[in-house]
Amino acid sequence: MTGTDDPPLLRVNDVTRHYGSVVGCRSASFEAWPGEVLGIVGESGSGKTTLLNCASGNLEPGEGSVEFRTRDGETVDLYRISETARRSLMRSDWGFIHQNPVSGLRMGISAGANIGERLMAVGERHYGRIRDSVHDWLRRVEFDTGRIDDLPAAFSGGMQRRVQIARNLVNGPRLVFMDEPTSGLDVSVQARLLDLLRKLVSELELCAIVVTHDLAVARLLSHRLIVMKEGEIVESGLTDRILDDPQHPYSQLLVSSVPQL
Amino acid sequence: MKRRRPGPGYSFAYLDRHTKRMIRRAILKAVAIPGYQVPFASREMPLPFGWGTGGIQITASLIGPGDVLKVIDQGSDDTTNAVSIRAFFAKTAGVATTERTSEATLIQTRHRIPETPLREGQILVYQVPIPEPLRWLEPRETETRKMHALREYGTMHVRLYEDIAKYGRISTSYDYPVIVNGHYLMRPSPIPKFDNPKMHRNPALQLFGAGREKRIYAVPPHTDVRSLDFEDHPFAVQTWDERCALCGAEDSFLDEIIVDDRGGRMFVCSDSDFCRQRRPDIVPERGEAAE
Repeated sequence: MTGTDDPPLLRVNDVTRHYGSVVGCRSASFEAWPGEVLGIVGESGSGKTTLLNCASGNLEPGEGSVEFRTRDGETVDLYRISETARRSLMRSDWGFIHQNPVSGLRMGISAGANIGERLMAVGERHYGRIRDSVHDWLRRVEFDTGRIDDLPAAFSGGMQRRVQIARNLVNGPRLVFMDEPTSGLDVSVQARLLDLLRKLVSELELCAIVVTHDLAVARLLSHRLIVMKEGEIVESGLTDRILDDPQHPYSQLLVSSVPQL
Repeated sequence: MKRRRPGPGYSFAYLDRHTKRMIRRAILKAVAIPGYQVPFASREMPLPFGWGTGGIQITASLIGPGDVLKVIDQGSDDTTNAVSIRAFFAKTAGVATTERTSEATLIQTRHRIPETPLREGQILVYQVPIPEPLRWLEPRETETRKMHALREYGTMHVRLYEDIAKYGRISTSYDYPVIVNGHYLMRPSPIPKFDNPKMHRNPALQLFGAGREKRIYAVPPHTDVRSLDFEDHPFAVQTWDERCALCGAEDSFLDEIIVDDRGGRMFVCSDSDFCRQRRPDIVPERGEAAE
């Protein structure tokens, strides 16, 4: 899956971000390739979300750079290009799946409009075609198409997440960021959602960067893992290698803390 | 058309000259950037917000002794708002007033564009309650400004999408969003969408004032104004099966009026001047504006 000859889709170089005197993340670097799921794990406050926000163009790092390879094969530095270009990339090439679907959805408009919004934002002006893609995506995220015109508030947490996934993937992004995609769901719903995410990621050859504190989610979803502690990346490598044979004392602690059933 | 002397103790047209200068600067900027909302230091006016404080400030800043003023409210010259604002300028500026669209040099309007085509040299001043078209989509002002700057208007179609999903057609019928001069998204104030096509390349200068929201924007003469729509649901204006019960007009915007308490009703032109001009049988208009 990782053609090492190809340049990476996303390259994060030595990103440092402080909040006043508090360190958000320090000298974090990683690369991600198309078709790959990269997990970022660590305890609360370890800088996972800061790193994700820096990498996704939402939070300018104090130092370091984030490079992205565009569809024309050109490599751009996210925080050097114009805001217009950055926002246009975010609309067309990226998705961001929030931990809380309320932040990622527009609660005042129907599920269908939530999903169709991206298409309209990139210039689709044909109602029939928008409606068709929305239907198609509702089916792909295994959502009852009869509820296309209901408001998100009428859905359960798991369903809201499905709508949010469809909303982010509808215009074929190449890179998707996910912040705790399954937290707060009961295990059976969580399992079905993970299945769905896995299927979509492999079907669409997506590059996904998933932040989670749940090692079970990381094991199921990601190919490679980054372990963070106190704002720094302490270990990175193949998921199975890290989870079965952790090298860094903190990774060992993390892995051994998971209760065995 | 009778001119009177302005009342004593007032500046000409109520506002002092420094305020007028500030507002004219905002207007110049607005005209230079069609559809862009220019902030201005809106003043307290002797009428409540929501009654046309933005429009009245623009009118006060532009009106000169030689102007002929017409004021309409929902197309009509004789409703409270129109009568009061007209009387206000008759008193504070001593200008001539008229009900005839063709005679007016300055027309202040609430929620309608006159049916009689406007001509070069005329100024149409709209009263605007909420100037920001993106407000319901995006509550943050910093973000809406950015969206305007970057022309990120795709989400505006979400509202039209919702209309079609719910009702099978675009049901938005007033304050219908438009793109001005190929760039800025603009709220045309709550005029019926019936009037939207009249804004397109209109030879008159169109100015919009929002007093409470402190914004002025403009559509200069002969500027492109396009209503948003979908390829498979093109923009269309309202139509009626009825004709005007008074003048028989088929192509004007009609108001439904309840005429008794037994459900009797009639449709008449909302533009009272237009309707009157089409009826030579009635007494000529009063000819001056002494209210």
